[in-house]
Amino acid sequence: MLGKLSFSAIPLDVPILVGTFLGVAVIGLAVLGAVTYYGKWGYLWRDWLTTVDHKRLAVMYIILAIVMLFRGFADAIMMRTQLALAYNGNPGYLPPHHYDQVFSAHGTIMIFFMAMAFMTGLMNLVVPLQIGARDVAFPFLNSLSFYMTLVGALLINISLFIGEFAQCGWLVYPPLSEMQFSPGVGVDYYIWAVQISGVGTLLTGVNFFTTIVKMRAPGMGWMQMPVFTWTAFCTTVLIMVSFPVLTVTLALLSLDRYLGMHFFTNDAGGNVMLYLSMIWTWGHPEVYILVIPAFGVFSEVTATFSQKPLFGYKTMVYATCSIMVLSFVVWVHHFFTMGAGANVNTFFGIMTMIIAVPTGVKIFNWLFTMYKGRVEFTAPMYWTLGFMITFSIGGMTGVMMAMPAADWILHNSLFLIAHFHNVIIGGVYFGYIAGMGFWFPKAFGFKLNEAWGKRAFWCWFVGFYLAFVPLYILGLEGMTRRMNHYDNPDWYPWMLVAEAGAIVIACGIVCQLTQLYVSIRDRNLPENLDLTGDPWNGRTLEWSISSPPPAYNFAVIPDIHGLDTFHTEKQLGLKAHGKPLAPIHMPKNTSAGVFIGLFSFILGFASVWYIWWLAAIGLIGIVATMILRSANRDVDYYVPVSEIEHNEEVYSRRIAAAQAAE
Amino acid sequence: MAHEATMSPLAHADDHGGEHHHETPNVFGFWLYLMTDCVLFGSIFAAFAVLRNQYAGGPSGKELFDLTNVGIETAILLFSSITYGFASLNALAKNKTMVLVWLAVTFVLGASFVGLEVNEFTSMIAEGNGPDRSAFLSAFFTLVGTHGLHVTCGLIWMVVLMVQMMGPQDLSERMMNKLACLSLFWHFLDIVWICVFSFVYLAGVM
Repeated sequence: MLGKLSFSAIPLDVPILVGTFLGVAVIGLAVLGAVTYYGKWGYLWRDWLTTVDHKRLAVMYIILAIVMLFRGFADAIMMRTQLALAYNGNPGYLPPHHYDQVFSAHGTIMIFFMAMAFMTGLMNLVVPLQIGARDVAFPFLNSLSFYMTLVGALLINISLFIGEFAQCGWLVYPPLSEMQFSPGVGVDYYIWAVQISGVGTLLTGVNFFTTIVKMRAPGMGWMQMPVFTWTAFCTTVLIMVSFPVLTVTLALLSLDRYLGMHFFTNDAGGNVMLYLSMIWTWGHPEVYILVIPAFGVFSEVTATFSQKPLFGYKTMVYATCSIMVLSFVVWVHHFFTMGAGANVNTFFGIMTMIIAVPTGVKIFNWLFTMYKGRVEFTAPMYWTLGFMITFSIGGMTGVMMAMPAADWILHNSLFLIAHFHNVIIGGVYFGYIAGMGFWFPKAFGFKLNEAWGKRAFWCWFVGFYLAFVPLYILGLEGMTRRMNHYDNPDWYPWMLVAEAGAIVIACGIVCQLTQLYVSIRDRNLPENLDLTGDPWNGRTLEWSISSPPPAYNFAVIPDIHGLDTFHTEKQLGLKAHGKPLAPIHMPKNTSAGVFIGLFSFILGFASVWYIWWLAAIGLIGIVATMILRSANRDVDYYVPVSEIEHNEEVYSRRIAAAQAAE
Repeated sequence: MAHEATMSPLAHADDHGGEHHHETPNVFGFWLYLMTDCVLFGSIFAAFAVLRNQYAGGPSGKELFDLTNVGIETAILLFSSITYGFASLNALAKNKTMVLVWLAVTFVLGASFVGLEVNEFTSMIAEGNGPDRSAFLSAFFTLVGTHGLHVTCGLIWMVVLMVQMMGPQDLSERMMNKLACLSLFWHFLDIVWICVFSFVYLAGVM
């Protein structure tokens, strides 16, 4: 009846997990209680859970990303603490079975549910506003994508308390991940969580590609598109080409596990190398899916706070597109040691080094944008400067490892770990936090606190170097990744430094939470309020409307005459449009996404535990909801002119109030 | 899921045009989805190419494949594309009854194709040559099965559209879009099948 599921699946014998469960339960009940006490369920359901508004979905994505950041970081600091203790005969506090789950979950959560969710959130918030659109091309699919991501995150976190998580790393390499060596449910949790959220990501890719191609404001040609939109566009291309490969790879692995097939097994002709090649065909583009939008954020932030147009807009676009293409011809550098032969390795080594060229172009473009600009050192600018230094170092260690001969020594060492954290923290994370600070006032109508933002930056910046420079050294000293304990006395002091670094980063996260708290507390102070909708003297269309924007974004769709039209018109003192208002056609909210998400969760959870009747209910539920939704003709409404006029009038009054205050 | 009729704020501009339904984001978005599906099939073809000679002592394609049966399957599927074409032509002519008739014919052909495939699979499994026999058979069953699963989804979708079309109302713009998307899907599966037929069956027998 319940498949593999029984009471013994609940790890009551692991005190860390029981404590975590109690903590999560208390916080969860407190949140649910608060929502009930204040009578906010209706508001939550109508205005948030069933919304198809890209701005609200963006907020939900980023909240999910921040919660997942806590989870992923808790894993990280547990690993560092284990390695600061488990030296010279001391087993540490995490037995290998638990430790292996921790490092697997850390990678999976940080990439799929922190970084991907954050990236999708920023894209949701910014892209339609930057191109002058009223929503995305498929608003319902957008809501569905969010729920797919959320369900993936839920599944992976439930594995903490019911059953176990994978113990074979964040990409579950076979043959270790095959039934023969991983008979538990850990790998199945991984597969279902990643597959379900992968469907969501793929739909996001199709949705935003269509939005950018079809829904740009009149006059906005390709070379008038803001850089962040360009980077989002390149990311959607990468998503559409690479995510199906991930889906297939994990599907083949699950066929091995569920139906006894032989794609990647040791026996009956299976081929493990096929898995590596396939998973990295997705995996390498994936890192660019994450970092290219971060490049877009840095471009917007640098130009705005240097008060100059971006230096080399066209080269920036070409560089982004080159990186997009090149990212598909480098995947073998993840397994030079597999033995594909000298010629193959040389080709992929050279292609990898070539990627450094367009990336270097970008770095110089940002530097020249700042050159002779009147740079305002706001918190987003701090993150950008920290990025330029950190990412350049990470890029250079990447080029080092692109040499197959060097990689033969550094493969799977802590040098590699240091390298990719160098580019992912220094590039992706710094970029997303800069973007969050930059666009926060657009989403909420008030700014984030600067002082706490800068404190957070310094903690992260210093903490990063403390935590990861030791790993470079340890890697050169021969320490491999995923090690549970060790005896080498030379490694011990460096592990202590790395632990100290992790603690400094923890302080950075505390500063970020404080920043949110202080900003919300002081939101009505005049210096924090964003009355004009343009708090930074911005260049692109999202700053031409009120903060937060109305559901339909633009009362009239603007005409575009060139790059940064909004900024040019502002400089020339041109006043807006004068075009007549017309009723606006908008999509209605829908609960279909919530229900498809719920049934997907049932399908995933039941399949992990082999509860096949329940899995069937989940699958039928998904199909039935989709059919019902497609029969629903009541999916849209018109915003009347009177409501638009009212909103516009409120906005004008706020601008007037802001001008009077000056 | 991409057949889900979604509505975009700007799509509305095309509603009155009538003739411009090819330009709506729905059909464009569905094209994109098909391209991602193409990558999906491409990956499975790649896996098949790597594993096609890994018999592990089991039978090869030459011993297993019955080209007559596959030939009939191919003929049925290609013919179903033609009949879907007739449905599309009648949809353009706003002749709803004939659309339903041709869709029904297409459905019967598609269902026969799936039936023949299921028959082929079950007889292979009954002889002990199931997907767990060798890496070659794993790849064979997965590739052909994925195509068959797509055809099955297309059949379910076809039934849903036929039910939604019943009743007195005319063919709406929205329904025309859905028919166009399913048409793309159906023809796409034909093209994939031609690749399956050539690279799996023909190359396996030769």
